[in-house]
Amino acid sequence: MNIIVCAKQVVDVAEIKVDSSTKKPILAGVPQKISDMDKNALEEAIKIKEKHGGKITVITVGSPDAKERMKELLAMGADEGVLIPTPEHADYHVIAHLLAGAIKKKGTYDMILCGEASIDMFSGQMGPRIAGLLNIPQITYAQTLTVEKNKVTSERNLGEKTVTVESPFPVLITMTKESNQPRLPSLMAILASSSKPIHDWSVDSVLTEVLIPKIKTIDIKGIPMQRKNIIYQDDLDQSIGKLIDELTKVGVLR
Amino acid sequence: MVLVYSDDKKLTLELLNKASELGKELHKKVIAVTIGHEEYATEYIECGADLVIVAETSQHQFKVEEYTSILENIMKEYQSEIALIGSNKNGKELAARLAARLNAGCVMDCTKVYIQDKKLTTERIVYSGNAIAVEQFLSPPQIVTIPSKVFDPLPKNPHHKGEIVKKKFDGEHSPLKILNIQDMKSEGVNVEDAQIIVSCGRGFKKKEDIRLVSELADILKGRTVGCSRPIAADLKWLSEDHWIGLSGHKVKPKLYIACGISGQIQHIAGMRDSGVIVAINKDPEALIFKSADYGIVGDLYEILPKLTNAIKGKIG
Repeated sequence: MNIIVCAKQVVDVAEIKVDSSTKKPILAGVPQKISDMDKNALEEAIKIKEKHGGKITVITVGSPDAKERMKELLAMGADEGVLIPTPEHADYHVIAHLLAGAIKKKGTYDMILCGEASIDMFSGQMGPRIAGLLNIPQITYAQTLTVEKNKVTSERNLGEKTVTVESPFPVLITMTKESNQPRLPSLMAILASSSKPIHDWSVDSVLTEVLIPKIKTIDIKGIPMQRKNIIYQDDLDQSIGKLIDELTKVGVLR
Repeated sequence: MVLVYSDDKKLTLELLNKASELGKELHKKVIAVTIGHEEYATEYIECGADLVIVAETSQHQFKVEEYTSILENIMKEYQSEIALIGSNKNGKELAARLAARLNAGCVMDCTKVYIQDKKLTTERIVYSGNAIAVEQFLSPPQIVTIPSKVFDPLPKNPHHKGEIVKKKFDGEHSPLKILNIQDMKSEGVNVEDAQIIVSCGRGFKKKEDIRLVSELADILKGRTVGCSRPIAADLKWLSEDHWIGLSGHKVKPKLYIACGISGQIQHIAGMRDSGVIVAINKDPEALIFKSADYGIVGDLYEILPKLTNAIKGKIG
């Protein structure tokens, strides 16, 4: 089973602070990590490899420092990494072409696994875009995967419905956060992974033409949150009384 | 042409409002697409569509590969520059695949869509609810997905004229097989329409204790119980229709009472548009207080029964 996992380095959104005057997020200096659901995708790939054998390749489009984070993925159980630098002007369209180009260059694959979305932008575009560019079927929001010789069966979580589907290979699958618990690599695994390769592939080596982005980000705005922030913390009965008076006054208790 | 598609009829009607507005501003016609549901066509016209394309297909269950190919064909044939697609789970995977097939830009989950400097401009929440990204399309085709309840449908206008065109599609065949469709365990709650919501989070020690929240909700009109991610997704004490947050439901009740919820930004993203927000938490430093109008610091096991009783006394 040849499995490709697409992983993205993102800012750790839980560590983002907001500037108290502009309400804008402060992104400089926020620690970077591999997006959570991409680790779910890798965990699922490792489980499949443990059962059926094969090879796992992790592909990332990112800055040079993403290599440090990719080492963690190799320690978890990926066999090799491919890092493609982010072009100066890039959007989903450009990145999807880079990833699809790298997958084509890699050649044979049975499955491509992605996270259902990245934790920073949460678009969930990359998986379906890659499937669309490669013209292969896609299974999104996968909760479970059962791999057999010629097919994979998956339960998809669509919120109000669970849809069970079956697909032949090759197929692209996006995994949810609840699908599994990504393993923490042991010290042994970390040491052993130092010999695993991370290849640097240039943009030109995976794309035949220069791609122009379709979308430009013109601003990242803060979200104003104007609340009264009246907090009662003395006597409970008094606090409850005051709260009910206030709620009645503003007209929400009737 | 401005094209509108969702497999959800209500959402399609909401999108038609925005499409009509953009259509007027850009002097473009509005096309609504329905796959298989001819019976929706008249209503789509009354709510703003100039043309309804009824795609006739043998495939009645949503299969993204086939539905994408239908929309790809329509967008090419009618040279649609803009597509507004309903942002539910089916719509999002469809929009992204369609964007790849058309080499188009695509922005997901937009809460604002407008023309600025003659360019289609969108706003959406990013960084886990910490910021709004303002993005602009540089060239067509342009695909935007919009969640439900961002726009209201236009009032029905029986005088609005439109054309209905039926088209057969025998496009791409998906190798995917649907084996089973099962409704998730649901308690039939609709938090998105609730006027008053009482919500619970990790501050509750066991499943049975959630009755403290239901009792308060019962006294208040609305009677709706919500929860944060761990209660629905991890502990599964409540079904996912109660889940409020970035990946759960987005709500805007008149009154939102958060009990034992720490106030992670993902939860705030789901309830920040509420009218009045009340927080109950034992930790005075809890983030939820920053997003609340009123807060009581203390043990919810002590506060909730007292609050329920006091409100009962007040409003009967």
